[in-house]
Amino acid sequence: MSITIPADLNVAHSDEHHEHHDTSGNTLFGFWLYLMTDCILFASVFATYAVLYMNTDGGVSGKDIFELDFVLIETAALLVSSITYGLALIFAKRHNKAATLAWLLVTFALGCVFIGMEVYEFHHLIEHGNGPQRSAFLSSFFALVGMHGLHVTAGLIWMVIMMVEVAKTGLGPRSITRLSCLSLFWHFLDIVWICVFTVVYLLGAL
Amino acid sequence: MSFLGKLSLDAIPYHEPIIMVTLAVVAIAGLFIAALITKYKKWSVLWNDWLTSVDHKRLGIMYIILAMVMLIRGFSDAIMMRTQQALATNGAAGYLPPEHYDQIFTAHGVIMIIFMAMPFMIGLMNLVVPLQIGARDVAFPFLNNLSFWLTASGAVLINISLGLGEFAKTGWVAYPPLSELAYSPGVGVDYYIWALQISGIGTTLTGVNFIATVLKMRAPGMKLMQMPIFTWTCTWANILIVASFPILTAVLGLLTLDRYMDFHFFTNEGGGNAMMYINLFWAWGHPEVYILVLPAFGIFSEVISTFTSKRLFGYTSMVWASGVISVLGFIVWLHHFFTMGSSANVNAFFGVMTMVIAVPTGVKLFNWLFTIYRGRLRITVPVLWTLGFMVTFTIGGMTGVLLALPGADYVLHNSLFLIAHFHNTIIGGAVFGYLAGFAFWFPKATGFHLNERLGKASFWCWQIGFYVAFMPLYVLGFMGMTRRINHIDNPAWNIWIYLAAVGAAIILVGIILQFVQLYVSIRDRDQNRDTTGDPWNGHTLEWSTASPPQFYNFATLPQVADIDAFTDAKEKGTAYQRPKHYQAIHMPKNTPSGILMALGITAVGFAAIWHILWLAIVGLVGAFIVFLFRAYNNDVDYYVQPDEVARIEDAHLNHVVRG
Amino acid sequence: MSAHLDSHKADDLAASIKSYLMGFALSVILTAIPFWAVMTHHFEKTTTLSLVLVMAIVQIVVHLKYFLHLDFSKEGKINTFSFLFTALIIVMVVGLSVWIILEANALMM
Repeated sequence: MSITIPADLNVAHSDEHHEHHDTSGNTLFGFWLYLMTDCILFASVFATYAVLYMNTDGGVSGKDIFELDFVLIETAALLVSSITYGLALIFAKRHNKAATLAWLLVTFALGCVFIGMEVYEFHHLIEHGNGPQRSAFLSSFFALVGMHGLHVTAGLIWMVIMMVEVAKTGLGPRSITRLSCLSLFWHFLDIVWICVFTVVYLLGAL
Repeated sequence: MSFLGKLSLDAIPYHEPIIMVTLAVVAIAGLFIAALITKYKKWSVLWNDWLTSVDHKRLGIMYIILAMVMLIRGFSDAIMMRTQQALATNGAAGYLPPEHYDQIFTAHGVIMIIFMAMPFMIGLMNLVVPLQIGARDVAFPFLNNLSFWLTASGAVLINISLGLGEFAKTGWVAYPPLSELAYSPGVGVDYYIWALQISGIGTTLTGVNFIATVLKMRAPGMKLMQMPIFTWTCTWANILIVASFPILTAVLGLLTLDRYMDFHFFTNEGGGNAMMYINLFWAWGHPEVYILVLPAFGIFSEVISTFTSKRLFGYTSMVWASGVISVLGFIVWLHHFFTMGSSANVNAFFGVMTMVIAVPTGVKLFNWLFTIYRGRLRITVPVLWTLGFMVTFTIGGMTGVLLALPGADYVLHNSLFLIAHFHNTIIGGAVFGYLAGFAFWFPKATGFHLNERLGKASFWCWQIGFYVAFMPLYVLGFMGMTRRINHIDNPAWNIWIYLAAVGAAIILVGIILQFVQLYVSIRDRDQNRDTTGDPWNGHTLEWSTASPPQFYNFATLPQVADIDAFTDAKEKGTAYQRPKHYQAIHMPKNTPSGILMALGITAVGFAAIWHILWLAIVGLVGAFIVFLFRAYNNDVDYYVQPDEVARIEDAHLNHVVRG
Repeated sequence: MSAHLDSHKADDLAASIKSYLMGFALSVILTAIPFWAVMTHHFEKTTTLSLVLVMAIVQIVVHLKYFLHLDFSKEGKINTFSFLFTALIIVMVVGLSVWIILEANALMM
């Protein structure tokens, strides 16, 4: 499904350019358009969550299961990873390979913290009989948060690939274009997370 | 779970003679084509120049071939439905048992919309849009190839369902709870899900690709409001694709979770709400019909202005009317399910919006009429399709306004009146448009003309057949006959059912004539060459290239200062000029990555349908590895040398002079 | 968006880092306030609700500006407009979907 797309779209056509055209700009714009489709994908699942979150079928509701301090740490990890990625990109554009790799690594670690915590949360819920099969509310909760998590995971895989690429081939224009696309992707996921913690966790715990 | 998941030899429907005969015919036809290719030693040409091509013109032709093949399949389904209903009157059972009949009407809808109309539209867009904006290719040529193969992958899956397992029996909308595992335990709905999901992703990528293309790669000087009208309507369609197909992806994904992992989005149990599926499905489905019809509007505009030798009347209003239709197209979807029973306010809002959308459509119709007014309309095949459209689509639009009244819709919902209405708009609007575009751009794509007489004969069969086939359905709708009925026991309906079957037969003749026309035109191609590249005295840049266009499209990128850029150049005398010297042209190389990735993804889809875990993993990993190879392949482009460009251009210009 | 790609000048380093830090500081504040409001029940429910929503929208804008570098420059405006169009579609699709289903639910009661 479209979850596999982010990596697919990392087709930096930096070599397929036509004269008079800024190909890196084309690629970034194309990738931005892809992100717009992803926005709508998320919006559809948000809409589904919004109409189903009260359908607990006698099971737990958001208020019973959300732990905000836990979510706050997740949020912090993702938020900090946004700025560390920003630093990685700034250094990449200045062709500072070591600093780029270092900041990518920090970003990667923070992303892993986020995913680790999410997996823990899911595991915890399922263990207590609150898996996605329990009710429409839990189905939509797992689907929405899980879809964001899968996107982050795809971003992490992409980041590993980029670290190998940068380490091996340095910071050519193609790598910078790709790092810029990943940057868009990563920051975009942060925005989706703002919507998730607001709509799902904060409003759910209200 | 066994090695092959749910798959076993029992999945082949031996006991269904109709299916087995169909499979035999398909197999023989396939072998025959393979034998021909072998005889003429064309396998390497097929692979190197077509299947792996990143050239938008070749991809366009392949899309159209796919659409035509699927037209045969989808129309066979239509004929079977019409004959079944005609035979199953007065208590007879007909020849199609309900479980087979149900698969047929589902397949008919899915195939005609997703695998006939969409590829046809995208094919024409591929063929024409880059040429119209004076570009050498799309923004992402490899992605374009991949999109095609993802579409083809969906088509392959849906056709596999014919001989292996079953297809969905749910209708083309696959509403839950019927499409949930509890009520559709077979693989039919899974075929539906994966075929739509994979081709839908391909379509989304096409939308992204073409928006980037028109926004970033227009010829120097071409402003947005100077893009040819077909390019504009395609652009609106692409914007709609990008904005609506993700909704389909999401809703199919949620249904997948319901069916595969026991989630409760749309189930009866667990607090699920099936209405949300219907809601999201149509939030995609309604924009989808505008995706189909807007490019057709563009084609009619091009055809009318070309064959009246006039500028299009009201270009600006045409562009904005398309934009208004696109945005309004996103706030009318509830009219597909008024009967779900939301509140009066909701129904009123969507009813009013639906009627409002007729206004910009009316603007367009008047623009076409005013273009014809005081022009000298040459009655060619594309013009016939356009005139047929103007009458037929108007009728369809008016029955649509009728259905937009929630009160009337409660009576007419799911009746044959609805069926007549949407065939009236989709055939009369989209299909007639594509066939007009097919006849219009055929010489451009192939270098020779279509046979005019057979084209006209085909048009009249379609046009008359359409009315004979679908006007009775309006009547039947008023008489209370609902859609998807397997056999009927109301004698008052019989005569109309028979009439509709006759109409379908007339359309069949039209389709056969179309293929005969294709055969005759190819056979007589040497007498009907288009040597100038500009057979109709065209207005836009695609006519400034050779027929078929040079593979790099333009030796030097044209300078544009007018909507009708080529007319402008011809008037100023700047057309067909030979520059002093040519520059090397940077081109992408063909690549097998697209077809190989799609092969892996087809395997994933097939494996998911039959629950074969290992194959899904192999397919996914395979596709990813191919993708990585592509991403790190540095040998993806080359330069066409100036002397080769000069040789090709000289040949073309000499033809023009002689022509 | 491509404009900031091309900047290699030395003073740009400080400027870009500063811009990121600025965005980061704002997001920290904009995240902390709603979490604090919900976790401490400091306000009434309706006040908290609107506060949380407003903070989320402001934070999205901050991220778009400082991290995704959306702007109305000649090169960048097409990205901004495509985002605004997407936002419009999302508002329509999500808003109308919720309206449709909730109204239907109300009639089912």
